[in-house]
Amino acid sequence: MVSLAQTSARERAAFEPGVEIAVEEVSHSFDLEGAPLPVLDGVSFAAARGEFVALLGPSGCGKSTLLRLVAGLEPPTSGVITENGRRISGPDPSRVVVFQDPTLFPWRNVRDNVALGLEAQGLLKTRRSRIDETLRLVGLENFTKAYPHQLSGGMAQRVALARALVNDPDLLILDEPLGKLDSLTRLSMQGEIVNLWRRAGFTALLVTHDVEEALLMATRVIVFSERPASIKADIAIDKPYPRHRDDPDLIARRREILGLLGLHDSW
Amino acid sequence: MSLLTFDAPRADKADVRYRLPSRATLARVALAVAAGGAWLAFAGLTAYWPDQGDWGHGSELAAAAGILGGALALAGVLGGLWPRGAARLRRSTPWLLALGLFFTLWQAATAKFAWLPQPFFPPPHALLEVFVDDWAKLWTSVVASTQLELLGFAAGAGAGFIIGVLLGCFSAFGYWVHPVMRLIGPLPSIAWLPIAFFAFPSSWSASIFLIGLTTAFPVAVLTWSGVASVNSAYYDVARTLGASRAFLVFKVAIPAALPHVFVGLFMGLGASFAVLVVAEMMGVKAGLGFYLQWSQGWAAYANMYAALLVMSLMCSGLVTLLFRVRDRLLSYQKADVQW
Repeated sequence: MVSLAQTSARERAAFEPGVEIAVEEVSHSFDLEGAPLPVLDGVSFAAARGEFVALLGPSGCGKSTLLRLVAGLEPPTSGVITENGRRISGPDPSRVVVFQDPTLFPWRNVRDNVALGLEAQGLLKTRRSRIDETLRLVGLENFTKAYPHQLSGGMAQRVALARALVNDPDLLILDEPLGKLDSLTRLSMQGEIVNLWRRAGFTALLVTHDVEEALLMATRVIVFSERPASIKADIAIDKPYPRHRDDPDLIARRREILGLLGLHDSW
Repeated sequence: MSLLTFDAPRADKADVRYRLPSRATLARVALAVAAGGAWLAFAGLTAYWPDQGDWGHGSELAAAAGILGGALALAGVLGGLWPRGAARLRRSTPWLLALGLFFTLWQAATAKFAWLPQPFFPPPHALLEVFVDDWAKLWTSVVASTQLELLGFAAGAGAGFIIGVLLGCFSAFGYWVHPVMRLIGPLPSIAWLPIAFFAFPSSWSASIFLIGLTTAFPVAVLTWSGVASVNSAYYDVARTLGASRAFLVFKVAIPAALPHVFVGLFMGLGASFAVLVVAEMMGVKAGLGFYLQWSQGWAAYANMYAALLVMSLMCSGLVTLLFRVRDRLLSYQKADVQW
C-alpha cells in the first residue's frame, strides 16, 4: 500500500511539477550562549502547487531561517512543515535552495558545478544532457569551462540557479538570490527567474527585503514582523506577467506594504 | 629585440640599420661583454697562475670557462643576428657576470693565494675533480637518498592526510587521537632516533618511520584545519542537492581543504629533509648524508662541498616537483607563489 501510494505520488509529480508546502504553527529559536533567541513565532501559511510566494520582512527577522527549515537543513523547534502532506525531516533534491551567495565550488568549473546535484544523486549518466540544456536556459552555454573566480556576480548567480534547476525541483527556495547583484543585473534576473518559473511550473518561495521585487515576481506576498517573525499580512497579487514597476496597482500595494513595515513616510 | 636593437624597430629595416645604437643597447652589450670578461679572467687565472696545492682538472675547467667567456662576449657583440636567442640570454647576463666574478674570487682565495685556510676550502677545480672521478658513488647516493625520502614522505603524507580528514570529520576519532597528537606531534622526530634504530629491524626502515613521522604531523594538522574551516554553506548546498555523507567528505570537504593540505605537505617536506640527512649520517649506510659523513672521515673536503651541492639540487628538485603537483591539482586557483 505504502509503495503504491508513493509511486502514484511520484507519477503525479512527474506530470504535474510543483508541490504544496504547508507551514503549521512553526516556532524556532537559536541557542545563544545558553539563552534561547526566538526567531520564528507561530508562523503558519500554505503555498499551493505552482504558486510563487514572496516572504517579505525587515532584515534579520528570521525569513531565511524559515527557508532553511523548509529546505530541511534544520528541524523546527516546534511545529510541522509538510510537503504534499508529508512531514519534511531532512534535505531532499526535490527542494533546492539558491542562496544569497552563489557558493559555487571554486575547484569545479561551471559545468561541474551545475552537475553537482546529479552527481550526488548518482544520476549523472542518465541525465547528463540536462546539464547543457540548463546552461543554455540561463545563457551560460559558452562558459561551461570557466572557473567561479572568472565569473561576474550575476554570472555566478546564474550558475547557482542552473545548479538548482538541473534537478527539476518541485520547490525552488530562493534566499535573497539577487541581494548582492548590481541593480541592472538584478532587474534582468528578476524577469528571467519569473520566466523559468512560468515555464517549469515549480512552486517557488522567495525571501527578499525588496518590496518592489516581491511585487514584480510573486503571486502572493507574505509580510513578516520584526524578530521573532510572525505573519503580518498575506497579500495576493493577481496581476498578469510581465508586470511593470510603474503599474498604479502595484504602486498602491507598495505603499500599503511599506506602511505595514513601518515606513509610512518613505518615498 | 636583441642586444643590438637600434631604438624602436621601424617598418623600413634598411633605414634602421644605419641608426646609432641607443644607450640601453650599449649598456646591454657592455654587460654581456663584462660577463664574458669575468669568465675569461677566471679561465686565465685558473690556467696560468700556479696552484698552491695539488688539484686535478684545472686545465679542463679553464678551457670550459674560457669557451663560455668567449661565447658570452661574442654573443654580446653579435646578438643582433639572432634576436630571440639574445633576448633569452639577456635575462641571465647579470647572473652570469656575478657568477664569473664569484668563481674568479673563489679561485684566487683558495688555490692561487690561499687567503682561506687550506685544505678546508677547496678550489672550484677540486669540486670538478670530485664530480668527474666520483660521479658513480655520488649518483648511487642520490638514488638512495631520494628513495628513502620519497618512501618516508609518501608514507607520512598519506597517514597525516587520513588522520587530518578523520579529525576534521569525526569527533569520536578526535577524542582519542587529538591528545596523542598534541603530546607526540611537537616532539622533534630526531629524538626518536636512538629508540627507532633498535626498535626497527634495520636503520633503513627506522629512517622511513622517522621521515614519515616528521611529515605526518604538519600534514595532519593542516589537513584537519583545512577540513574544519570549510565554508559550511558548501555543505548546505551539497546536502540540499541530495549529497550522502561520503559525498560530503570526498567531494566537498577534501577538495575544499586541499590548499591547506599542500601547505602541510610543504612544511612536512622541508622538515623531512633534516631528518633524512641526520638519519643517513647516524645509521643508514647509503645516501648523501652518509657520503657527507664519510668524506669528513677522510678529510675529503672537496667531496663534502660536492655532496652539499648535489644535496641542495636534490631537495630543490623535490620541492619543485611538489609545486608542480600542487599547480596541477589546484589549477583552478589564481596562481599565488611561483617557485
